[in-house]
Amino acid sequence: MSSGKLNIKLFDKKILKQASIDSFKKLNPKYLLKNPVIFIVGIGAALTSAIFISDIFSGMYSSFNLQIALWLWFTVLFANFAEAIAEGRGKAQSENLRKSRTNTMARKLDGEKEIQVSALDLRVNDRVVCLAGEIIPADGEVIEGIASVDESAITGESAPVIRESGGDRSAVTGGTKVLSDRIVIKVTSNPGETYIDKMIALVENAKRKKTPNEIALSILLSGMSIIFLIVVITLKFFLNYYQTTLGQDISVVSVPVLVSLLVCLIPTTIGGLLSAIGISGMDRLLQHNVIAMSGRAVEAAGDIDVLLLDKTGTITLGNRMATEFIPAPGVTEDYLADAAQLASLADETPEGRSIVILAKEKFKIRERHISELNAHFIPFSAQTQMSGVNLLSNEGVPERSIRKGSLEAIKKYFAQEISAGTESQSDYFFSQMIGVDIALAGGTPLIVVENKKILGVIQLKDIVKGGISERFAQLRRMGIKTVMITGDNKLTATAIAAEAGVDDFISEAKPEDKLQRIRDEQSGGKMIGMIGDGTNDAPALAQADVGIAMNSGTQAAREAGNMIDLDSNPTKLIEVVEIGKQLLMTRGALTTFSIANDVSKYFAIIPAITLSLFATKLNNGPLSILNIMHLSTPQSAILSAVIFNAIIIVFLIPLALKGVKYRPESAANILKRNIILYGVGGLLIPFIGIKIIDIILNILKLV
Amino acid sequence: MNHIFDLLQFVVYITCLVVLAPPIGSYLAKVFSGEKNILSPVFSKAENGIYRFLRIDSLKEMDWKEYTFALLAFNLMGAILLVVLQLTQQYLPLNPQHLPNVDLFLAINTAVSFITNTNWQAYSGETTVSYLVQMTGLTVQNFLSAATGIAVMIALIRGIAVRKGNSLGNFWVDLTRVTLYLLIPASVILAILLISQGVIQNFLPYANVTTVEGLKQTIPLGPAASQVAIKQLGTNGGGFFNANSAFPFENPTPFSNFLQMLSILLIPASLVFTYGKMLGSKRHAWTIFGVMMFLFLTGLAVSYFSEISGNPIFHTNNIMEGKEARFGIFNSVLWTVATTSASNGSINAWISSLTPLTGLVAMLNIQLGEIIFGGVGSGIYGMLHFILLTVFIAGLMVGRTPEYFGKKIEAYEIKWSILSILLPSVVILFFSALALSVQAGLSGILNKGPHGFSEIIYAFSSGAGNNGSAFAGLNANTSFYNILIAIAMIFGRYGVIIPTLAIAGSLVKKNITPVSAGTFATDNVLFAFLLTSIILIVGALTFFPILSIGPFLEHLLMNLGITF
Repeated sequence: MSSGKLNIKLFDKKILKQASIDSFKKLNPKYLLKNPVIFIVGIGAALTSAIFISDIFSGMYSSFNLQIALWLWFTVLFANFAEAIAEGRGKAQSENLRKSRTNTMARKLDGEKEIQVSALDLRVNDRVVCLAGEIIPADGEVIEGIASVDESAITGESAPVIRESGGDRSAVTGGTKVLSDRIVIKVTSNPGETYIDKMIALVENAKRKKTPNEIALSILLSGMSIIFLIVVITLKFFLNYYQTTLGQDISVVSVPVLVSLLVCLIPTTIGGLLSAIGISGMDRLLQHNVIAMSGRAVEAAGDIDVLLLDKTGTITLGNRMATEFIPAPGVTEDYLADAAQLASLADETPEGRSIVILAKEKFKIRERHISELNAHFIPFSAQTQMSGVNLLSNEGVPERSIRKGSLEAIKKYFAQEISAGTESQSDYFFSQMIGVDIALAGGTPLIVVENKKILGVIQLKDIVKGGISERFAQLRRMGIKTVMITGDNKLTATAIAAEAGVDDFISEAKPEDKLQRIRDEQSGGKMIGMIGDGTNDAPALAQADVGIAMNSGTQAAREAGNMIDLDSNPTKLIEVVEIGKQLLMTRGALTTFSIANDVSKYFAIIPAITLSLFATKLNNGPLSILNIMHLSTPQSAILSAVIFNAIIIVFLIPLALKGVKYRPESAANILKRNIILYGVGGLLIPFIGIKIIDIILNILKLV
Repeated sequence: MNHIFDLLQFVVYITCLVVLAPPIGSYLAKVFSGEKNILSPVFSKAENGIYRFLRIDSLKEMDWKEYTFALLAFNLMGAILLVVLQLTQQYLPLNPQHLPNVDLFLAINTAVSFITNTNWQAYSGETTVSYLVQMTGLTVQNFLSAATGIAVMIALIRGIAVRKGNSLGNFWVDLTRVTLYLLIPASVILAILLISQGVIQNFLPYANVTTVEGLKQTIPLGPAASQVAIKQLGTNGGGFFNANSAFPFENPTPFSNFLQMLSILLIPASLVFTYGKMLGSKRHAWTIFGVMMFLFLTGLAVSYFSEISGNPIFHTNNIMEGKEARFGIFNSVLWTVATTSASNGSINAWISSLTPLTGLVAMLNIQLGEIIFGGVGSGIYGMLHFILLTVFIAGLMVGRTPEYFGKKIEAYEIKWSILSILLPSVVILFFSALALSVQAGLSGILNKGPHGFSEIIYAFSSGAGNNGSAFAGLNANTSFYNILIAIAMIFGRYGVIIPTLAIAGSLVKKNITPVSAGTFATDNVLFAFLLTSIILIVGALTFFPILSIGPFLEHLLMNLGITF
């Protein structure tokens, strides 16, 4: 991971302090209303406090009611605290991004005149000049010039990157620094709408939009709260029946006791932690240097069935490298290497460089300086698909004319420039055979020709990134199919696909092929993830359910995607998928835990409130048989349940922030483990917890 | 020795169910999909004739709103007809006893009761309604309400199985097919079998006889067998006579008793396999069947052991008061558990006379939402809502947007599912609380203490669960109970049907996500375990308080020797 990543301790002191203050600020009813479960607790707390206070005015002091009221308030505060701490961590993370952006001045172009304005006053389509040493004031696109830019402020990567107008490297991010040269950028976002601003909004609950699954879960939780509200309200009437018809004593069933029962039953644990889980998911994403445009996209990442990856730069190390020289019959390997090097000296492409280096390393052929030679270089052109060199005699007549190019290009060259003799024809067949061999092994053949005679073949090969096949295996275990997209021919693509371990590939792919594949898969009901950087990827990124644009990519690509990877690291998607899954799993696990908890709370509270039903002078009522935890008194039982209910929120805050551990394995195994951990665990733990609290309460003589 | 016979009968019963349900289920799957089946040669002409006669365009497709509207309108018409028949029976033929017109509130209650497949009977059949009302009103609704329930299930299946569609089928076609290919032939066969066992089928006036002790007695007669057959097969449960299947003319022999018990669960159990077959997953059907069977057997075991443990107050086991004395305790218990599991509501013993724990099981069976096999059709679609909740929670736990048969389960589905689980529960709790708090409610109670408490809870559970059985003891034929229970029945029926069709309407539009390693299976033991836990936790958490201060408290007090 990049060096600039801010590592925030789980409980940073500063954040803790701020979160404690915020938990009280969040008591504002308007704010509480956003979370129906906790809102009910808040009303219960207020009601209990009001009863306690009015009792005092009428000369009664109930320590029990006071303690219930306090613990109910604590329940609300703990839930607020969980949310505040998640927000705090998210903010700290995003502050780090934002720091450089405040107080930046910009040179806005008004016609051709430069005027100094604050970065905050920039609007979309404003043109701004940035010189070396200046901070780029807003997200934008380079429309003029080329410059090296230090993006370490957002990516943590210290090596500068090149940004230039046109092409696939034109987008710049506000807050990064120009190191050299001068560029003019066109602003693409208004202040408050930049990527970083959007991200910051996602980690602040007030502005955060609930994700689809979160909405569904909230409905479930609200529905359960309504059921329990009615259970508790009607319970009072049911008990009244025994009082009115048989004169039973039900004085223990006071409003604070009923409120306690209600609060214990409604899913406060998940209700209190729900927004913290959502925020910390965004926060984790930010820690991985990925900016999401919406929470929905992160959640969708967990559902991806098929992942489309560009071969170059994703599966293979950026560019093809020369790995071997295969001479034609009657040509020595040395001669071929020498000719190949000569033809590549002026070739600044990575492929050309790799030929020079291979010749040097393998055959000790010294790299000659271009000026030493009386040479005329022929650069690569789109028409000929070839490059090469003409070595001139002193009179300026070409002595050696060397060309390198693909099989098709050479064939064309032969057809155009020479009438192929039998000899060169057999050589051509030879190189064709070699070429097929190379292609079968996943390489690309490059033919070297000197003075119309084929010298041999250079093998260029894609180097598959180390460890990539393990990552794909991991994805497969998650149930995600990987599809490689490449412009290579089928043979080459097959070999690389096999080496990298992808499940499928599209060879000789045109941009529209990507889009078509995505549509096909989607109409089959699949969720598609796509990673891309070029302008021609934009339609596919927009069509995909989760489109991750590289930060180094074009503005078009960045706008089309719903996430941006600041590190421009394509395998990042695996982490994004994990975060998406973790987000859902954490919610599911805590929901299960919360519901399972209710069983024990019934066994604590029901016997407590029915203790006096049909009790005799000697014996408690028969329903005390339900007191299987043997809690000492009705008061201590109810208080213990309420206290457990409150502090379990605090205990689970770390889990909510870090998320449930995700391991790539089958759904059945994950489900089994989580059911045992959170379902069975949720059933048993509160029995133990409530009993322990009951013992402590009695030792401290609090009840 | 008795226990060995009990066990033997139990094994025969369960075996019959397990052996018969899958083939019947497959047959029904063919019928509902409109495929050729064994009975096509017999009925296909009749089917088309019906469509022509009623001018039904059998090819018209309905979206969920049209389907729901057709269903509701049809049920409303049925209810109005039933009310009118009852209010005018005095002037109509086939009333040899010259029974007077029925009271308005009772008529409404009875009409609602029969269109909702509840068959709650605040009236006593032999002294309230004429043969005409029984045959053309009540029995007809026994068929149609059962067919309505199954139609909803068929629409639901289409919603799940169809990819990116809009239509849930045609309500009229579904209704016709269910009645023609399933309910009529099955009822005819069962009625003939029952008549062979001595269930009466006549139009004679009641017989006045002098008993051996020299007393005068009026013996009610009538066309019973035809109604008894459909009352069992259609999970209706409404008896021809007040004593239901405890009355010898409705249930004369051990064989007729066995037949009736089997037919209570047979169609609901078969429909589980229809559901699985039409969705293309037999394993899913067996999983649901397994969950239902597990819950059924657990309830049966608790009830049976509670009954044979007897009552310490009387120092004897095998208390026969109120039970089916001719067939023994086991047959009373098995019938009770079956009838409450299946939303049937017919009885052969007074539930009030069973031990408190058996009463508890009966109540819980109903309160869980009638999903242990459940009513015809309604058992499956009731179960669906629990399945969706399970799928939702499990889906979250594996980190994936929840899916059911490839259809994504989202906020819309959860909203309706929760509503359908919430509504009947809320009705039971609120109305019971009301009845237990006001004089109009309390005056209906026969017993004091927890037993009286149970009488009221049971009445509203039975109404909202569309079961229709009575705990006995409660005088429910008052305006107060007639109206409240009628409302409970409406909520319990349409409060589940409308959400189900809404969900089907939403699911049918969705694409189907193919299965991958990331999807969790809904056809294995793990899912069965999870589904059972969700049913028990959601159901039990809602009703734990009332069950503990009702029947459970009564059980404890009984053991202490305290009665009221």
